[in-house]
Amino acid sequence: MNAFAGSIDRPNSYIGRSVSRPNAKRLLEGRGRYVTDLVLPRMLHAAFVRSPYAHGKIVSIDIEEAKALSGVRAVFTGEDLASICAPWTGTLEHFSNMKSPPQVPLPLGKVTWSGQPVVLIVADSRAIAEDAAELVIVDIEELPALADPVEAMSAAAMSQELADNICFATKLDSGGVEEAFDAADTTVEQSFVFGRHTAVTLEPRAIVADYDPSENRLTAHHATQTPYQFQDVYSRHYGIPEANVRVIAPDIGGSFGMKLHVYHEEMAVVGASIRLGRPIKYVADRMESFVSDIHARDHRITGRLALDRDGRITAMDVDDLTAIGAFSSYPRTSAVEGNQVIRLMGAPYDFSSYRANLSVVFQNKVQTSQYRAVGHPIACAVTECLVDAAARELGLDPFEIRERNLIPDSSYPRTSPTGYQFEKLSHQVCLARLKSIMNYDALRAEQADQRQKGILRGIGIALFVEITNPSPAFYGVGGARISAQDGAILKLTPSGEVHCSISVTEQGQGTETIIGQIVADQLGIDREKVRVMTGDTDTTPHGGATWACRGAGIGGETALQAARKLKANLLAVAGLILQAQPGELDIRADWIVEAVTGQQRVRLSEVARIAFFRSDTLPPETQAQLSVVHHYAPQGYPFAFTNGAQGCLVEVDAETGFVKILKHWVVEDCGRIINPLLVDEQVRGGVVQGLGAAFFEECLYNEEGQLTNGSLADYLVPMACEMPDIEISHVETPTRDTELGAKGCGEAGTAAASAAAMNAVNDALVGHGAVLTQIPMTPTRILRALGTI
Amino acid sequence: MSGKVAISLAVNGETIEALVAPRTTLADFLRQDIQLTGTHTGCEMGVCGACLVLLDDRPVHACLMFAVQADGCAVETIEGLTHRRAIDDLQKEFHERNALQCGFCTPGMLVSAYGILASGDEPDRDGIRDALSGNYCRCTGYESIVDAIETTARQRRQHMEEEKA
Repeated sequence: MNAFAGSIDRPNSYIGRSVSRPNAKRLLEGRGRYVTDLVLPRMLHAAFVRSPYAHGKIVSIDIEEAKALSGVRAVFTGEDLASICAPWTGTLEHFSNMKSPPQVPLPLGKVTWSGQPVVLIVADSRAIAEDAAELVIVDIEELPALADPVEAMSAAAMSQELADNICFATKLDSGGVEEAFDAADTTVEQSFVFGRHTAVTLEPRAIVADYDPSENRLTAHHATQTPYQFQDVYSRHYGIPEANVRVIAPDIGGSFGMKLHVYHEEMAVVGASIRLGRPIKYVADRMESFVSDIHARDHRITGRLALDRDGRITAMDVDDLTAIGAFSSYPRTSAVEGNQVIRLMGAPYDFSSYRANLSVVFQNKVQTSQYRAVGHPIACAVTECLVDAAARELGLDPFEIRERNLIPDSSYPRTSPTGYQFEKLSHQVCLARLKSIMNYDALRAEQADQRQKGILRGIGIALFVEITNPSPAFYGVGGARISAQDGAILKLTPSGEVHCSISVTEQGQGTETIIGQIVADQLGIDREKVRVMTGDTDTTPHGGATWACRGAGIGGETALQAARKLKANLLAVAGLILQAQPGELDIRADWIVEAVTGQQRVRLSEVARIAFFRSDTLPPETQAQLSVVHHYAPQGYPFAFTNGAQGCLVEVDAETGFVKILKHWVVEDCGRIINPLLVDEQVRGGVVQGLGAAFFEECLYNEEGQLTNGSLADYLVPMACEMPDIEISHVETPTRDTELGAKGCGEAGTAAASAAAMNAVNDALVGHGAVLTQIPMTPTRILRALGTI
Repeated sequence: MSGKVAISLAVNGETIEALVAPRTTLADFLRQDIQLTGTHTGCEMGVCGACLVLLDDRPVHACLMFAVQADGCAVETIEGLTHRRAIDDLQKEFHERNALQCGFCTPGMLVSAYGILASGDEPDRDGIRDALSGNYCRCTGYESIVDAIETTARQRRQHMEEEKA
C-alpha cells in the first residue's frame, strides 16, 4: 500500500507537479472538435415540437403541413419510435420500493412537463426543421399541473402507472434521537429551501447519430461524460449488439454531471437515424436546454440539532422533501441526490444519534438528477447553518463550536451514524489551516471596525465531506449497468513512445493530462512521449468514465498499474538485449539504465526498434509483449471520502439587499495530488458554481408548472465581475486503498461554497433580526428577511 | 426560403464571396458556411460571449448580426488571430495558467481579451473582471482568466518600456 516512489527530484517524476495541459492548446486556437462542429455526409438536422403545457392529454397531432415543407425529410411522433425502442425506467434495486413510470422517446397520449419533446422534425437544415416545427398542430387538453412538492405528497397520482406521487421514501435512524433532544441543553431548528438550478454548460447537449443499416451499426458522436453507459443504453433499448454500437465523445463543452443522463431528444434522434439510415444531428439551443436539461436540488428541509451545555452536538434530526419532475431519470435515477443529502448530514461531527426522513416526489416539471456535487451542498448548508445557529445561541465563535465537535483526526477509521465508512479525514488540520489563511482574528477586528461605519460585513465558514472514488456500491449493486472499474491499453510505438487509451474521459478538467503524467512518471519517460486518448468506445476498454470524482482516483490507479505492467515487459526485453537481470534495470529519461548506478545502457527507442523490427536477434522463443491491457476496480472502502473547509467574506448592503462577495478561501484534502494546478482550478470552478447557487441561480416556475426564466438573460449565472478571488490551501491524506493514493476533488468547491456564503450573509445580518435559510439569497429575499419589504 | 443575397467580406484576411439567406446570422455563416468552427454559439442572444469575433477590429457578437450586415466588412475569428500570431502571448498565458477547461468559452474570451488589451492600457483586476462581464465561463471560476490577462497586460507594458529604452 502506498509503496509510492514519490521523489519529485528524479527525472520524469510528474506526479505532484503543476504541468499545463497538452490538449488545451488546440482549444486555445479554435481547433477544438466538439459534436456541435461535426458535419457528416448526408447528415440531416433535428428540431422538436415541445409541449406548451406542464400536464395534458394529447388529443391529436397534425403533421401534414410540416411534412410537406420543402427540405423536410421525416416527421416522427410517439408511436413511430416507441415501436422500435424498449422503454426505460429510472429505478435502482438497492433503493427499495422505488418507482417511476416507464419512458419512451416521444410521448404516447400524454405530456408531463412543459417543454417535453412531442414531435421530431428531420430536415436538411436546422432552420428548415424549425420552420416545419411551427407548422405542426398539437392539440393538447390541459390537465391540472402538479407543481408544488408538498401538494404532491398527498395529491392523486399524476401517472396512471403509479398509485401515488412518491418516487422513493426512506428513513435512517441510529436510535437515541428523541432521548438526546429531551436531554439537550440547547436545541436549534431551521427550515431550508433550496431552489432548482441547472448546469448551463456553455456547449449545450449535442448528438450526431449515424446508423448504418448495411452493418446494423450505430455510431453516436455524443457530447457526454459516459460513452460506455450510452453504448449500453443504445444497444439494449434499440436491440443492436453492443459491439455494433460505437459512442464517440470528442471535445465536450462542459458537462458537470448533466450530460450523463438519458434524454428523450437523444433517444429520439438515435431512433430516427435507425429509421432513416442517415446521420442526424441535434444540438439543443439555449431555450431548449433550460426546459430539457436535468435540473438539480429542489429540496425543502427541516433540520434540528441537539447540543449539551458544552456546545457538543448530541443528535441531529432531518426531514428532506425533494421534488424530481415527472419521472426518475435513467439510468442513475433522481433519488441519489436525496439519498446523499440525508447520508452526508452532520458528516464532519462527532455524534452518534441521527435520524432522517427522505421523501422524493414527482411533479410536472423537467427531471432533476445528478449535477456537480450531488447532495453535498444541501447536506453541508443544512448542517453548517444549524451549527452556526447553535453557535449564535450559545455565544460561541463559529470556529470554536466546530473545534469542539469535529471528529478528531486521530480517531479514524470511523463509521458515520448514517452508515458511511471514513478511512481517514483531516477536519482538525483543515479547520486550523482555514483559520490561519483567512487571518481570521484580523478579519473579525476589521469587521467590527466596518460595523462602526455602518458597513455590514459577514464571515462564514463551512466544513464538508466529499464522496469520491465510488465502488459498485454506488450503482452496480442497484442493477444499473454502470461500471465502477476502468481499463487502459498502453502501447509502445516502434519509436519508443507510448500510446495510452483509457476509459476515463475528458471534459476539460485535465483527465488526459494527469493520465499522461502518471504513465510517464511510472515508465520513466518524457511526458511529451505519452499520447493519451479517451472518449471512444471502439478504441478504449469499457469503463466507468468520469463522474462522481473517479477520474483521478480510479482512472489514475488504472493507468499507474498498467504502466507498471508495461514497464516490467519492457525491462524483460531490455534484459534479454543487455544480458542483464530485468530487476537490475530501470527506465529513466527514456533510457534503460542500471537501477542502482543510473548508468545509461540503451535507449528505450532502441529496445523498441529491436523488438518490433529485429526480433530475429532476440533469443529463440522470445515473444516481447509491447502492449498491455489492464483493468482496475476499486477495492477496500466503498468510497474514498475527502474533506475540507471553506470560508467566505461578504458585504451586505442592507438598503438594496445586494451582496458583494469579497473573498473566498478553501482548504481541501483530496489525498495525493497529481497536478496541483489542475486541482486548484477544479476547486475554483466548483466554488463559483456553489456561489452561483447561493446568490443567483434558480429555475423559477409558476403555479401552472411553467418555467418563467428559461433564457440566459433571465436565469442568472455567476459572471467574472461578481466573483471573488479564491485562495486555496491543501492537506494531503492519501487513501491507502490504492498505490496512487489519489481521491477526487471535483465536487469539493461546490460542496461547501453556498453553505459558507449563507453563514457569511447571516453573520453580516446578526443584530438585524434576519436569518436567511433559502438559496439563492437574492436581494429581494434579503430585504424580506430584513423586514424592509 | 426567400432568395439568397450576395455578400463580399474579408474573413481572416481572405476575401469571401458568398450567397447567404438573409436570416443567416454571422455566427452560423462563419461556423456552417465557411467552417470556421472556432467561433461558438452558447446562447444566441448576445449574453454568453462565446460567439465574439472582431468586426473591423472591434469585438462583436456574431450571433446578434446577420451575415448580410457584414457585407464589405473585415471579420476576424480565433482562427485568424491565431494565424497572424496576434494573441500568441495571451494564448501562452492562458495555457500556462490553465485559464480554460472545456474550452468552449475560450475563443470568445480571447477575443474579449484582445479588445481589452488593444487600447494599450494596463487594466487592474477589477477592470478586467468588469470588461469580461459579457463572457460566461462555467468551468474556471474566472480567476485564472483574470490572471492570464493581467499577466499579459503587464508583459506587454514591460515589453513596450524595454523597446522605448
